[in-house]
Amino acid sequence: MRYLVGEAMTGGYGDADILHDCTIGVDEGEIAVVVGPNGAGKSTAMKAVFGMLELRSGRVLMNGEDITALKPQERVRKGMGFVPQTNNVFPSLTVLENLEMGAFVRADDVTDTLSQVLELFPVLKEKADQPAGELSGGQRQQVAVGRALMTQPKVLMLDEPTAGVSPIVMDELFDRIIEVARTGIAILMVEQNAKQALHIADKGFVLVQGRNRYTDTGQALLADNDVRKAFLGG
Amino acid sequence: MDSLNALVVIANFVVVPGLAYGSQLALGALGVTMVYSVLRFSNFAHGELMSFGAMITVLMTWWLQEQNIGLGVLPTALIALPVAMLMTIFLALATDKVVFSYYRQKRSESVTYLIVSVGVMFTFGGLIRFIIGPADRVFTDGQRFLLKARAFKKMTGLNEGLAIKTTQGVTIIVAVIVVALIFWFLNKTKTGKSMRAYSDNEDLALLSGINPERVVMITWIITGALAALAGTLYGLDKSYKPFTYLSLLLPIFASAIVGGVGNPVGAIIGGYVIAFSELFITFAYKKVATYMLPGAWAPEGLVQLLSTDYKIAVSFVILLVVLLIRPTGLFAGKTI
Repeated sequence: MRYLVGEAMTGGYGDADILHDCTIGVDEGEIAVVVGPNGAGKSTAMKAVFGMLELRSGRVLMNGEDITALKPQERVRKGMGFVPQTNNVFPSLTVLENLEMGAFVRADDVTDTLSQVLELFPVLKEKADQPAGELSGGQRQQVAVGRALMTQPKVLMLDEPTAGVSPIVMDELFDRIIEVARTGIAILMVEQNAKQALHIADKGFVLVQGRNRYTDTGQALLADNDVRKAFLGG
Repeated sequence: MDSLNALVVIANFVVVPGLAYGSQLALGALGVTMVYSVLRFSNFAHGELMSFGAMITVLMTWWLQEQNIGLGVLPTALIALPVAMLMTIFLALATDKVVFSYYRQKRSESVTYLIVSVGVMFTFGGLIRFIIGPADRVFTDGQRFLLKARAFKKMTGLNEGLAIKTTQGVTIIVAVIVVALIFWFLNKTKTGKSMRAYSDNEDLALLSGINPERVVMITWIITGALAALAGTLYGLDKSYKPFTYLSLLLPIFASAIVGGVGNPVGAIIGGYVIAFSELFITFAYKKVATYMLPGAWAPEGLVQLLSTDYKIAVSFVILLVVLLIRPTGLFAGKTI
């Protein structure tokens, strides 16, 4: 039984279904990566797990509890953190204020969490008083991940965290994501850079046209000749 | 000596009135900017909301004067002001509940909101004329001047006097205090930050658990309080006449847009920019020129760039120029 799982999800926007009987999930302390060609429904699957898409059938379970009917905000309170692909920071707020807003629902003292996040992303400490909109793409992604971590989520969902950043920054981001996973947080992410992502993944889901094509450990998928030829460029 | 006299003339006729008028515009523009950044529409009813607040102050002031309650040298209106602010907040919240919330649920476009706000404006206007009538009311009492022109002349030995009206002093001091409070609220409190976050990125604010209805409610509370304050200060300084608040709408929107809509700092700066532009362009420089130029060069005409009747045109031209050249305003607000 996985900690978070979207089971046999079918649904889409309007009449046409994008997901067909699609299952993705992740366990605590694990990194699960969803890869696949453009238009495979990767981001849609993430949105479905987070409750931003109405499912025609299938369900979402978290720690054994059925949360299919919950709104995204309620899932945040249950311990899910979501980092959207774009517009994932408050541009005119400072880095520090962005992090504080991440902890908006928390009534307890957040200073410990704040210092943990700043330790994880040291660059944010330097830029603490700068508006997030003025940061570089990679730094902004760190703000976005940091903001989601402020609720102390049990599951962190990342929608293409490395979109639009340079390869060096991408490596650094992946390192940070591994560190986050080591603290026991389950990480479910969609990635365009399939090869690099599968390297750090405990589990990989290859989606094609809204269906599960391959599901295995990251290493096994990298070793699989069919997967390599079709999706990883040989 | 002559140049000092010239400076005093400018201070007396431009700087002091400009600071007072600018503060009134700034408070008005701050309200417009708040609604724009959180609710994402230009609220044309803001002028009438100011008028409503001022009307309540006038009515309360009359009642207090009858009871012989006053503040001595300060205008009685200052006691009436908190009541007026509460009533205006109530009107703003009620309007939101009855009118605007419907369009929010329908996720209407901002143009729809704008037209709706014009309807609200006419409704408020009718309500106000129904209650107090269209006449001009003076409700200032207390001591008229903080500094009298004659006393200034005696003090300095200059030919020209500098007068500061009590209402001008009150306006500037109140504006400074209120603006400081608003900025403290927006930048230091959790609720204030959540409002800025909501204005920045609505979807992410939702994901962070910020309750939009609460943000909207607080926005209307601040807007209502600011409107009552700006309307009352303007009425105290000039006089209360419902019609003038309709024409105030143009300089107020010009202030908000010049500064950058959605940017509170911009709204304040914009208020002073518009106020001083109006005054400097419609000011008759004859006296100043007489002091500064050699005797024989003294001008015969008024040396006025534009008659004061065209005061409104100044804000209109500034508005047009800003929209054409720099649509985001001086302080990078949102593009309308």
